[in-house]
Amino acid sequence: MRSNKALAGLLAPPLLWLVVAYLGALFAIFATAFFTTDPFTNQVVRTFTLENFRALLDPTYLRIIGRTLLIAATVTVLCIVIAVPFAFFMARVAPARIRGLLVAAVLVPLWASYLVKAYAWRTMVQPGGVLESAFGSTPGYGLAAVVLTLTYLWLPYMILPVYAGFERLPVSHLEASADLGGRGLTTFRRVILPSVLPSIAAGTIFTFSLSLGDYIAVQIVGGKLQVLGTAVLQNITLDLPFAAALGTTSVVIMVLYLLAVRRTGALDNL
Amino acid sequence: MRLGLGSRLGFGVFAAVILAFIYVPIGVVTINSFNSDRTFGWPPPGLTTQWWSAALEAPGPRDALVTSVKAGLGATAIALVLGALLALALTRYSFFGKQAISILVILPIALPGIVTGVALQSVISNVLNPVFGINAGLFTIIVGHATFCIVVVFNNVTARLRRLGGSLEAASADLGARPLTTFRLVTFPLLRSAVLAGALLAFALSFDEIVVTTFTAGPGTPTLPIWIFNNLFRPNQAPVVNVVAVLLVTISILPVWLAQRLAGTSAAESRL
Repeated sequence: MRSNKALAGLLAPPLLWLVVAYLGALFAIFATAFFTTDPFTNQVVRTFTLENFRALLDPTYLRIIGRTLLIAATVTVLCIVIAVPFAFFMARVAPARIRGLLVAAVLVPLWASYLVKAYAWRTMVQPGGVLESAFGSTPGYGLAAVVLTLTYLWLPYMILPVYAGFERLPVSHLEASADLGGRGLTTFRRVILPSVLPSIAAGTIFTFSLSLGDYIAVQIVGGKLQVLGTAVLQNITLDLPFAAALGTTSVVIMVLYLLAVRRTGALDNL
Repeated sequence: MRLGLGSRLGFGVFAAVILAFIYVPIGVVTINSFNSDRTFGWPPPGLTTQWWSAALEAPGPRDALVTSVKAGLGATAIALVLGALLALALTRYSFFGKQAISILVILPIALPGIVTGVALQSVISNVLNPVFGINAGLFTIIVGHATFCIVVVFNNVTARLRRLGGSLEAASADLGARPLTTFRLVTFPLLRSAVLAGALLAFALSFDEIVVTTFTAGPGTPTLPIWIFNNLFRPNQAPVVNVVAVLLVTISILPVWLAQRLAGTSAAESRL
């Protein structure tokens, strides 16, 4: 069973697909980032240049990159702050019979269309919309609405792995901690948190990367807000190499992030 | 750990607030689908069912739905085969480069969709179209979707294989079964529900995808998300978009119910 031939047979089709259909396309677009465009036809001209990456250092684009990172980080932190107590309630506090119902309650919005949810927040924050009529004011379209909407969109992606992490945690560990005199908070800090940390890190991969690359929700609730995604979008037709350089930036950020969280064992908890 | 009544209550209240946060926007869209005000002033000045009858008669969303279902089925079929093969290879064998492959399979969902989309778009216009005569359309949508659907099947099957261990397969081999017989009679039956759960997720992922689809769908083949996005900012169509949105949320209860039946109430194994 454990022969090399069988392994090759198993590996060949998926690897061929991923390498040809995905990596090939990806490398082609990275290569484009080192090319330039003809100013008259907007066609890509294959002469090597670092100009696209130098242009990224322009304060306008540095600000856009910084803003995107700030949004991704804020959304991730908000998701953790909401998801950890909520998942703990689901797995450890709520009576066992409503647990399935709670999981379903989190899953339904996850399966509901992404666009529907972003659009729902547009009607929430729009002038004269729900927030204004309920609380007397609304953040309107812009940065705050984007953070709010993205947190809403990615929250289930954080709740589910953390919930699974809490569920895997053996009761005996909690009891042992209590028997040894650990109070609630001590048990939480020294026993619970370390064992669900990989699950939280797995959740952050979703919240961080999805926020980093998003441009649809930003267009729907962000007003004129510029982030990496919208900047890529605007440059695709006129200056593909520069769009590629912007895209490469987000890929580099994400790969660095993946390498950083891999140490926590997050990749096994996706 | 025994929690006092006070902290249990605190957790309960917190959970209720979060559930409200999750469901209020969806409820608002539902009510707005009956809102007689075209710009959705709140609270609604009056209620009407005219948007519902308009939406159910419109051909746009119906054609887009058909495209979405076709794309979802195609992408899921490819992802099932490739994801399951990869999971078997990575859990049952150890070899050089295993780590790299486990990262490679995550990349299509971990990297921003717009990068994947632009990359595929330039392959379509520089290679597929001039060399093979393939235009952007259903085929290219399926290829793009399958690429990021592989990982959900892979994750589900991997989780199941890890939990099962290899002892049953070893026993089957000891009893004289050849590898293919072992797979047919032992491994596959044990994997079936995990494969189904993975397929369900893959279909959902494909059905909801918009970013990669924007760059791989031709002008003639909008999927449902593309149709919604195209009509979102058109004042005439916005009420119809509301109705489609409500229908989509309602339909999404079905796969959740199915997935729960497949996996039991434990989410510990159903992977994203």
